Amino acid sequence: MSSNGPPDPCVQAASARVPKGSQPAAPTDSMDRRGALRVGVTTAMALGSVALAFGLRDRGGHKKTSALPTLKDHRADKPAGATDMAIVRGPDPAANVRRAVEALGGMGRFVRRGERVVIKPNIGWNRTPEQAANTNPDVVAEVVRLVVAAGAGKVWLTDASVNTAEQCFARSGIEQAAKAAGATVIRPDASAFREVNVSGKLLRTGDVLFPFVEADRVINIPIVKQHGLSGASMALKNWYGVLGGQRVKLHQNIHLSIIDLAAMVKPTLTIMDATRILLANGPTGGSLADVKQMDTIAAGSDEVALDAFGATLLGLNPNDVGFIIEGMKAGLGTPQWQSLKTVELGS
Amino acid sequence: MFRWLRRAYQVVFLGFFLFLVVVTTAGFIRSYNVQWLLEFDPLVAVTTALASHSLHHTLLWSLVIIVPTLILGRFFCSWICPMGVLHHALGFLARKRRPPDRVKQNAPRASHKIKYLVLAVMLGLAAAGSVQIGLLDPIASTWRGLATSVLPTLGNLAFGMYQGERHFQWGTLITLVFFGALALNFVYPRFYCRVLCPLGALLGLLSKFSLFRISKNQEICKSCKFCGSECQGAADPQGTVRATECMVCLNCIESCPRGGLSYRFLPPVRSSTTKIDLVRRKWLGAGVAGAVAVPFMRASDGVEPRPNPARIRPPGSLEEDAFLEKCLKCGACMKVCPTGGLQPALHEAGVEGFWSPILIPRIGYCESSCTLCGQVCPTGAIEKLTLAQKVGEMPARPPVRIGSAFFDKGRCLPWGYQTQCIVCEEVCPTSPKAIYFKTETITARDGTQKTLKMPFVDLDYCTGCGTCETRCPVVDRAGIRVSAANESRTPRSSISLTGGKI
Repeated sequence: MSSNGPPDPCVQAASARVPKGSQPAAPTDSMDRRGALRVGVTTAMALGSVALAFGLRDRGGHKKTSALPTLKDHRADKPAGATDMAIVRGPDPAANVRRAVEALGGMGRFVRRGERVVIKPNIGWNRTPEQAANTNPDVVAEVVRLVVAAGAGKVWLTDASVNTAEQCFARSGIEQAAKAAGATVIRPDASAFREVNVSGKLLRTGDVLFPFVEADRVINIPIVKQHGLSGASMALKNWYGVLGGQRVKLHQNIHLSIIDLAAMVKPTLTIMDATRILLANGPTGGSLADVKQMDTIAAGSDEVALDAFGATLLGLNPNDVGFIIEGMKAGLGTPQWQSLKTVELGS
Repeated sequence: MFRWLRRAYQVVFLGFFLFLVVVTTAGFIRSYNVQWLLEFDPLVAVTTALASHSLHHTLLWSLVIIVPTLILGRFFCSWICPMGVLHHALGFLARKRRPPDRVKQNAPRASHKIKYLVLAVMLGLAAAGSVQIGLLDPIASTWRGLATSVLPTLGNLAFGMYQGERHFQWGTLITLVFFGALALNFVYPRFYCRVLCPLGALLGLLSKFSLFRISKNQEICKSCKFCGSECQGAADPQGTVRATECMVCLNCIESCPRGGLSYRFLPPVRSSTTKIDLVRRKWLGAGVAGAVAVPFMRASDGVEPRPNPARIRPPGSLEEDAFLEKCLKCGACMKVCPTGGLQPALHEAGVEGFWSPILIPRIGYCESSCTLCGQVCPTGAIEKLTLAQKVGEMPARPPVRIGSAFFDKGRCLPWGYQTQCIVCEEVCPTSPKAIYFKTETITARDGTQKTLKMPFVDLDYCTGCGTCETRCPVVDRAGIRVSAANESRTPRSSISLTGGKI
């Protein structure tokens, strides 16, 4: 403030607003408290804007993606002399499952106490159990019970349905049966998928249901069905159901994409449901005329062998089914299921 | 005391309404009658009955409002109407602080007669066969706003945990209209209810006969006008109470410092008036304008007899004429549709069908085992189907067809690009499948021979559900698309000779 020259009208106006009774601050050259505060604020703003600009700056070039997770190898060690594959026939699906797993050495061979397990039935379609488009709910429930009894720490059950998930999970009877048996049922909403490395011949990455990323053990419980494009949908094809996103693109090379996914998952155990099989209009079905009662369960850890056996139930020659041949070439197993140590039980 | 009783009713009915809207999803609906409040709506009953010459059985519930209104007056607006509650609650937006200013805000205005003209236009439209009441009816509007704007937005923000991701065709328009109506409270309290609401107008007409009314004891009144400062309906309690405008909020009784107002049976005739002050010529003019508009709207192309191919109606929909006589555009079918494929039409169903439901298969298909849209339709525009009726059993009982699928061979991967695909065949839900393939050997670009599965549609089995179009891997416009052709609700749509009528 200068004491020379004409008075500053702003200063006058400001001092005119000072209420009566309060003392206007004495003019001073030294920095008062308010001045110090202002310097502090300005300095903070300046430093803050520099920090913000450097923090947000675009480094140019491609954005670095963080490393994607890769699924574990879920396979269990095979004890010496253990049975490779069990085929059980009988009128009670749950009993068939129990006997098949016992023949392989019991669930304890595959699931240890405290391990986290995900069970993957086929819940792809808005169909009832009689229509044989989804895995039989009695089979699902029995598998859940066995896994729970083996002491699993966590039992998830999930599938990425093709029709509306709510309706598929309900109408297949699987959600209710699995919950009653003690599984945590995960319906595939948008938040349930994680991007992972597939590192296959065709597929590099994919969005996979999270239990498959987190689980220690994976149990595959497919149903045996005819399929228009691939010939059949059984164990190997069931891995389409771990994927979200644009999975309908896979059909452009269905056999190789099936193998890419099966090689990614490497399941612990496969229990194949052939209680009822769908012979035509698969994989959706709908008409009971296309369904055949087989009362059969096949279990093992060689998905190629199981699919070769399943193909015979559908009246197909395994050597004519593209993904079985590709699975053999990729080293996932052998179509010569008779060459394995196989046990057949039941009537 | 009245005020708290009324607020309790308002909260209970709004909560009940919200509950019914929220449970209208495939997951929660069970057998709840989610349309209960819409079935209460006398305007829905009157207009659909006028248009279709029959009263859908569920609309008998409207008597629950009609008869008490004849006795008690327009209590619905202040005690039950969900939109009325919202407007009541938002009335503070423009409310003045000083009571004399509020008296001015709540004074009767000539513009309050507009709602009666709106009603007359709506009745005229209905008489000529076009129910447009859903555009302005408060319950249908609130339904639509919640179902296709508010709840989908909240659900999407909650990562689709409620109904999955939901998107509605030009839902923004519905948002603007819904919140725009609420924002009219910035002009003056309950602007929509006083000026525009056709249901309020209808209930106002019924209130002309009401036996219970607000009555003022002129000997006690000192003209302080506190009553007018609180009046919801701008019914002029400070002067002569207008029975047609009174919403029976009972605020006036509580605000009178002398206890000079009461709500009672058969008060003295002179203490209230039922005059609306619209000459007969205006009533008639508005009604005739509504009726005349209908043939003009139908002279436009894109409606019967040459409808837009995208006008794919939900399964169980009545023939188009009958459909337009009943559909309220409330959006309940769109809300409950498990795939989200049912969408509010813009131009696809003509002017009359604006915001009526159509299936947009690229967004979602018609789930073969689902009949929920017919279950929630309050007026029977979409009939209740059993699953057996919908799926049918060929050849004896054909299924309900809502259209047919057609290949776009330039976009289809096998046809246009010699690339293996047939996802459409895989997902086709009919049995036998309407989409089938033939294996053909073709010569590829490099001269090698290649076998490909080429897909075809069998019209006899295709129901137009659109699963193929939804799932087609060709991004944006699919390689197989559904149009309404061959829908089973009218023989005029049939394509094949075996479909019957020529």
